[in-house]
Amino acid sequence: MVTIETPRSPRSRKGAKWEKWGWLYMRASGVVLLVLIFGHLFINLFQNGIQAITFAFVAGKWADPFWKIWDGAMLWLALIHGTNGMRTIANDYTVRLGMRKFLNVTLWVVCFALIILGTLVITTFDPCSDPSVNQIADISIHCGK
Amino acid sequence: MAKLPAGTLYRGKVGMWSWVLHRITGVAIFFFLLVHTLDTALVRVSPEAYDAVINTYKTPIIGLGELGLVAAILFHGLNGIRVILIDFWRKGAKYQNVMFWIVVVLAALLFIGFAPRHLAHVFHWNV
Repeated sequence: MVTIETPRSPRSRKGAKWEKWGWLYMRASGVVLLVLIFGHLFINLFQNGIQAITFAFVAGKWADPFWKIWDGAMLWLALIHGTNGMRTIANDYTVRLGMRKFLNVTLWVVCFALIILGTLVITTFDPCSDPSVNQIADISIHCGK
Repeated sequence: MAKLPAGTLYRGKVGMWSWVLHRITGVAIFFFLLVHTLDTALVRVSPEAYDAVINTYKTPIIGLGELGLVAAILFHGLNGIRVILIDFWRKGAKYQNVMFWIVVVLAALLFIGFAPRHLAHVFHWNV
């Protein structure tokens, strides 16, 4: 006779609902990220080129709030998108529940820390407050000194 | 010799390999994103610290790595659109195979447009 183990508890609907929002987030953020990242690569790597990327280049870009919002949106959307993708992979390949928990917690802690760090960097960035910037001609003209 | 399992609609076909590629490129992009957030954060430390680290992105080996990164992003982004179409478009599942090849061709075309210019930047070719 075949005995089938009785499930201890039914699956919660709450978890399933959360997964559905995660699934939807991957698609919604993916479309936006396609525009943001392709645009980022086109302007930084294609038009200007890797050799042109300097502190002065970033300061020039972030003098315009448009690019601060662009980069801030990229930061938030991409980190959450990437972390959720890594969570899916961790859930697929881990066998032990403890390891799965550890990886998931680590992923979200790193994601949270980098979002806070990046957001603070973008919102508090002020090239003119740095004394050494006065030697960089193409920035100091923006500083009114 | 053990008999190979019979093929399915999924295993060993476009459906499986696009999924594998989507995962591998996704993981690669994720780890770059972690590093890229940290290196960009150096603008808040000092101009010298930022420029010193960003200069390593301009070396030949990392410059070639950036080609791989862009290739991964092109595939992942365009295949993501294919995944969305499979999920939401009525005929998405029917055309998933041909859509994969459209993704590959589009990514290849964009890559061919990008690569020579990027290599010229990395190796200081005056084009």
